[in-house]
Amino acid sequence: MIKHWIKSFFLWEFVKAHYLTLKYFFRPKATLNYPYEKNPISPRFRGEHALRRYPNGEERCIACKLCEAVCPAVCITIESEPREDGSRRTTRYDIDMTKCIYCGFCQEACPVDAIVEGPNMEFSVETREELIYDKQKLLDNGDKWERILAANLAADAPYR
Amino acid sequence: MPKVKVDGVEIEVPVGATVLQACEMAGKEIPRFCYHERLTIAGNCRMCLVEVKPGPPKPQASCALPTAEGQEIVTMSETVKKAREGVMEFLLINHPLDCPICDQGGECDLQDQSIAYGRGHSRFAENKRAVTEKYMGPVVKTIMTRCIQCTRCVRFAEEVAGVEEIGLIGRGENEEITSYLEGSLTSELSGNVVDLCPVGALVSKPYSFEARPWELRKIPGIDVMDAVGSNIRIDARQREVMRVLPRLNDEVNEEWIHDKTRHAADGLLRRRLDRPWVRRGGKLQPATWQEAFAAIATQLNGAAGDQVAAIAGDLQDLEGIYAAKALLGRLGSTLHECRQDGALHDVSVLSAYRFTSTIAGLEEAGAILLIGANPRWEAPLVNTRIRKAVKAGAPVLRIGEPVDLTYPVTDLGNDLALLGKLPRDLTEGFQGKTAPAVIVGMGALATPGAYEAARAAAAALGGTFNLLHTAASRVGALDIGFTTDGGIEAIRARAGALKALFLLGADEMDLSAFAKTFTVYIGTHGDRGVQVADVILPAAAYTEKHGTYVNMEGRVQLSERAVDPPGEARVDWTIFRALSDVLGKTLPFDDLSQLRRAIGAERPHLTVSGLTTFDPLAPPGAPAPRLSGPIRYPIEDFYLTNPIARSSPTLQRCSAEILHRATFQEAAE
Repeated sequence: MIKHWIKSFFLWEFVKAHYLTLKYFFRPKATLNYPYEKNPISPRFRGEHALRRYPNGEERCIACKLCEAVCPAVCITIESEPREDGSRRTTRYDIDMTKCIYCGFCQEACPVDAIVEGPNMEFSVETREELIYDKQKLLDNGDKWERILAANLAADAPYR
Repeated sequence: MPKVKVDGVEIEVPVGATVLQACEMAGKEIPRFCYHERLTIAGNCRMCLVEVKPGPPKPQASCALPTAEGQEIVTMSETVKKAREGVMEFLLINHPLDCPICDQGGECDLQDQSIAYGRGHSRFAENKRAVTEKYMGPVVKTIMTRCIQCTRCVRFAEEVAGVEEIGLIGRGENEEITSYLEGSLTSELSGNVVDLCPVGALVSKPYSFEARPWELRKIPGIDVMDAVGSNIRIDARQREVMRVLPRLNDEVNEEWIHDKTRHAADGLLRRRLDRPWVRRGGKLQPATWQEAFAAIATQLNGAAGDQVAAIAGDLQDLEGIYAAKALLGRLGSTLHECRQDGALHDVSVLSAYRFTSTIAGLEEAGAILLIGANPRWEAPLVNTRIRKAVKAGAPVLRIGEPVDLTYPVTDLGNDLALLGKLPRDLTEGFQGKTAPAVIVGMGALATPGAYEAARAAAAALGGTFNLLHTAASRVGALDIGFTTDGGIEAIRARAGALKALFLLGADEMDLSAFAKTFTVYIGTHGDRGVQVADVILPAAAYTEKHGTYVNMEGRVQLSERAVDPPGEARVDWTIFRALSDVLGKTLPFDDLSQLRRAIGAERPHLTVSGLTTFDPLAPPGAPAPRLSGPIRYPIEDFYLTNPIARSSPTLQRCSAEILHRATFQEAAE
């Protein structure tokens, strides 16, 4: 009883709390200075989509439509027809990023590693329209991220 | 009937049944590639292996093995499984792994069966063989590396289509399917080899890379390209018909359709009428429905009954024709006609203008006489039935121009006078034959008196009397009495007195007589009919409406809507219903079921799907008049017989390449 009274009188709980604060004050910081600092991410990270090309510049996508079929959110729309040289290519490849749930099934389904989900997660925009990606946007993404995408695929290859 | 045991269950099978058929009757699934119900047995894929006792200790190909009393068949043992896995591995040795770019992907027998019966991986480490592509014409695309040499296409071309243009050359690994001199297939049934091909070696050229089977809505429909009424499956994606495939119906089209049916669908997107037009000051100008109806109402104001006429086209559904007839009835007119080609015949009883022996029944015919009929072009699927009858030994005789019908025909000459005094060849050929059939084409019926003469000839020969109609709408229209005494000429003769003429997609006739008449064209395509039209009302094509069609044998069939009509186009009967409101003569039906009930009240047999029964034809009364002169076939170009077909780039190319021998080979690389 008397012990409790003394603790109350000297604001012992406050002292304890300040001690805890000071202890963490001198420890290394757990937070990052985002966006100047970033966490490392796994090669399997599923971020923004990209359509890749072969090293000779030929687009990989062959319009097999397996990604469209497997997509649980039904956010991929593909139209295809024979290209002038007779090869099977898409005339339209749209991903509605507002619908996408980033499950990664599309890249799992892709037989030629054309559609991939890259490491990029910073693609916020101001209108919904900008989030409906067309083929050109996806190919540009692919060109932009190709080095990292290829490295990620190579890193993950042994586990596929 | 032998009794066999399939996996321990004893069943009785018909004499001559194969072991594979016995297994199917017992409900067992037997994988196969080369075996097909409607083709001869080849036994070369070896996928249908089963164990059969008594017999050699190895598994046997069940498709080529006849059943025998007391056989014991094992369809799922370890040996059978291993044997099938082995066969599958061999088949896949040279089959490329290009499923993602293959049009057959998703509906491929090899894909399905390798999952169900294959080992899952290959031990073949050598190079796969590659085969150069063969050119097979405008509708069949070949990727011959994928071929597994089942020879279904070869057997189809030889046995069903009757053109020996596909063959197998080489042995072993050099075995290749090729077309004769690598020319295009000249059969009008060539598209069926695409359906038959169990892999993606033969695929549809116009459909290539367009869609995947899982994206398509599959709607049962009825074909309107000819009067056979083939059962079709309309595959649509979004608002577009992607392709047309046959639906199984042993009574009508078995499981074949001809190329016009299959490839006319791309004409549904081109040259379409998608808004009303009204002619003002000699020029057609876009208008609203209200303006178009107002123009008609102004013209019809005070018109007497016999100043309004209607002509039904070849592709109309029964509902549209009935609504047109009902509206004309309200206006007091009976000037309506559906026989655009000018055919003249008795319409008083149903049996007078039907294909009375039925399409399937034609197979049993002991002898066949063709009068002015070219079944290969007018109804290719009737031609396959005649071919079956010929294979069973029936002689075919012909009065008409000699054309190749894919089977031997005895030509009697091209003169209607032959109907007056039947040649001895003919009477002797028909002597003592079971169920002989006389088939009369529309070409012969354009001559007045030819119908009576043909009917008298049929009666004299003791054969069934069959009219080979060419228009899908025809028999239905005749059934509801969409005719006028004197046929189309009677209406043409009145052209000057008409205040308004309704054309229900009527494009296949000479409309120059109506150049000065106020013409309302209700149709789907900007074709011949719109050139004389003063008001154009856009209507729905056969894939865009629920419709009833009656085929040449009088079979009532319902077609379903696959896609919506384009733009402002409306279903035909709703146009007449709306117009009747504007004219103040409201028709008594507001929806499809009421309309069908109204049809049923007048003609009960038209609301019941299936073959209608009719009384046998009475012997002809009046003696046949004396006739003479040659017969001309009504169809000049098989691929371009209607507005939809004429708008289709695929069929235009078929016509140019197959019928007019234009060369497109370089386009095939």
